[in-house]
Amino acid sequence: MNVVVCVKQIPDPAVPGALAADNTLDRSGKLILDESDSYGVEMALQLVDAAGEGEVTLVSMVPNGEVSGLRTALAMGAAKAILVSDDALAGSDALSTAKVLAKCVERAGGIDLVLAATEATDGYTGTVPAQIGELLGWPSLTFAKHIEIADGKVKIQRQTEAGYDVVESSLPAVVSVTAGVVEPRYPSFKGIMAAKSKPVDQVTAGDLGLDASQVGWAGARQEIVNVAQAPARQAGEKFEDDGTGAEKVVGFLEQLKVV
Amino acid sequence: MAVGKIWVYAESAEGKATSATLELLTKARELASTVEALYAGPDADAVAASVGEYGASKLMVIDPGDGLPGQVAAATIAQLAADQSPDAILFAQSYDGRDAIARLSVKLDQPVLTNGMSLSDDNGLVFGTAIFGGVTLVDVKPTGGAPALIAIRPKSFAAESAGGGAAAIEQVAGADAGRAAEAKVLERHVEEQQGPKLEEASVVVSGGRGIGAAENYAPLVEALAKELKGAWGASRAIVDAGWVPYALQVGQTGKTVKPKVYVALGISGATQHLVGMKNSDNIIAVNKDAEAPIFSVADLGIVGDVHKVVPALIELIKAKK
Repeated sequence: MNVVVCVKQIPDPAVPGALAADNTLDRSGKLILDESDSYGVEMALQLVDAAGEGEVTLVSMVPNGEVSGLRTALAMGAAKAILVSDDALAGSDALSTAKVLAKCVERAGGIDLVLAATEATDGYTGTVPAQIGELLGWPSLTFAKHIEIADGKVKIQRQTEAGYDVVESSLPAVVSVTAGVVEPRYPSFKGIMAAKSKPVDQVTAGDLGLDASQVGWAGARQEIVNVAQAPARQAGEKFEDDGTGAEKVVGFLEQLKVV
Repeated sequence: MAVGKIWVYAESAEGKATSATLELLTKARELASTVEALYAGPDADAVAASVGEYGASKLMVIDPGDGLPGQVAAATIAQLAADQSPDAILFAQSYDGRDAIARLSVKLDQPVLTNGMSLSDDNGLVFGTAIFGGVTLVDVKPTGGAPALIAIRPKSFAAESAGGGAAAIEQVAGADAGRAAEAKVLERHVEEQQGPKLEEASVVVSGGRGIGAAENYAPLVEALAKELKGAWGASRAIVDAGWVPYALQVGQTGKTVKPKVYVALGISGATQHLVGMKNSDNIIAVNKDAEAPIFSVADLGIVGDVHKVVPALIELIKAKK
C-alpha cells in the first residue's frame, strides 16, 4: 500500500494574514505544516501500517524551498517527500496546484491512494483533491470522516448536509479527509531526529513537465480589481462578569424581543 | 445586461431545490438574460418547479446513477458547455457543488473562483470574496474566457421568487465519466436532527473549547438554545475533538449561519469560525479570555465563565416565562 499525502506549508494561522505587494498571500515568514494536513498524514501512516507493506510519500509545493512543515510530517513517520519549489508557482490557483500535485503523484509512481485535506486553512478552495482525481483519471472520494481499505477497495463515510453516505471505490483513488478523521500523533524525539535525514526530492515545475504559463499567476487567469477592508462591525459592549453577566444578556435579548 | 447566459448547478434536499440553489438563481437572473439550470439527482419534477419559479427557463437533468452526483455530472456538463457556451456556471459552495466544479475545471481547463460572497457585472462578471476571516474583501475578474466557473457560499444572496412556472425538463444523455463513476454510494445515513435547522433558525447558540468537556454541551449549549427556541452549533475545535457531530459545525468548513441572534459560548473566534457567523444580525459572546477575537465582532461580550453565566441565564429566561 503506497500512499501519497498532499501537504501544504502555510503561514501560521495564529498570526494575522497579509497580502504581498502583488496581492498574493504573504508567505515570506516561517511556514508551518497546515494542521488540516496532519490528519491525512496520520491516516496514511495507519493505513500503510495496517496493510503491512508500503510507505507514505509527501508531496508539497512552495514558491521558496521551505521544508520546515514537511519535516514535521516526516517526523510523524512519512518515508520521503517530493517538494516542488519554483518562483513560477507564486500565485498558483487551485487548478494549477492540482496540476503540480498530480504530476508529483505520477513522479512518485506505483501509488494506490492519494490523501489530502478537504481544504487548506489559508486558501480553502476545497476543490484540489477532486481536481487531482480528474487529472489522474482516478475516482475521488471527498469529505471523508472515516476510511477503510479492504479487498483492493477504499470505503469511506462521506460527510453530507444531512448526515453521511457510505461511498466505495476501486483503487487507485484520491480521498479527501475532514479534520478529525483520526487523532494525529505528535512526532517523537526519535522521529524528529530521523526526519532530518529523510529524502526530500526537490524539483521545479519544469522538471515535472509543466510550462510556466500553466501555473502561478499566469495559470490563475484572473485579475484582482479591488482589495478593500470589510466594514468593521460596530464595536459592541464588553463587560467583566461581576455576577450580573446573565442579566445583561437577558436585557439584550429582551431588547431584541427574543425573550 | 452584458452577460448573456448563466447556468446554475442545482441541488436538492428533501425533494426540493436547496435554498442555496434558489439564491444563485435569483442572482443569475439579475445578471443574465438567459438563466438555465443543471441537475443530477432525484425528484426532477419538483426541482423543475422550484428552479422555474426562481427564474430558470430550462432544467437539464443528468442521471448520476449511484455515483457521486457532482463528479459524474461534470463530464456531461463539460459537453453541454462546449455545445451551448454559457458565460458562467454557478455552484453552491457545498459538498456536491465543490465536486462538480472541481472535475469540470479540469475537463474545461478553466480556473475556479470559490467561496464567493458577491457577484456583479461591470463590463464582465466581477466576483467578490472575503479573506482573512472576512476582514479583507477582494474583487476579481475572471480572465480565462467562458464559461467562468464560480462557487458561492450559501446565504450570500437573498432568494426571491420570480413567480415563474416550472422549468422545462430536458433529459440529457450522460457522457462517459470514466473512473470518476467508480465511486459508488452504497448507503445514505440521515442523522436525526432535533430542533430548528442551523441554517434557518433565528437564534443560534454555539459552543467551543471553553465549555470544557463533551458532557457540558447538552446542559449549556443545547439547553440554552432550547430555551431560546433556537438551533445549536459548534466550533471546529470541539467537532475535531469528537464532542459533537460535524453536522453542527459553524464556520469556514462547516455551515454558514446568519441568524437574528448568535450566541457564542466558550468560542475564541478563530478565523475559521468567524467566516461562518460574523454576518449574524446580533452577536453575544461569553468567554473567560478578555482578549479572545470573538469579542471584536460581538455586540455584547461577557468576559466570564460559561459555567456560571449560562446556568444563571437559563434560570432567568425560565423565570420570564
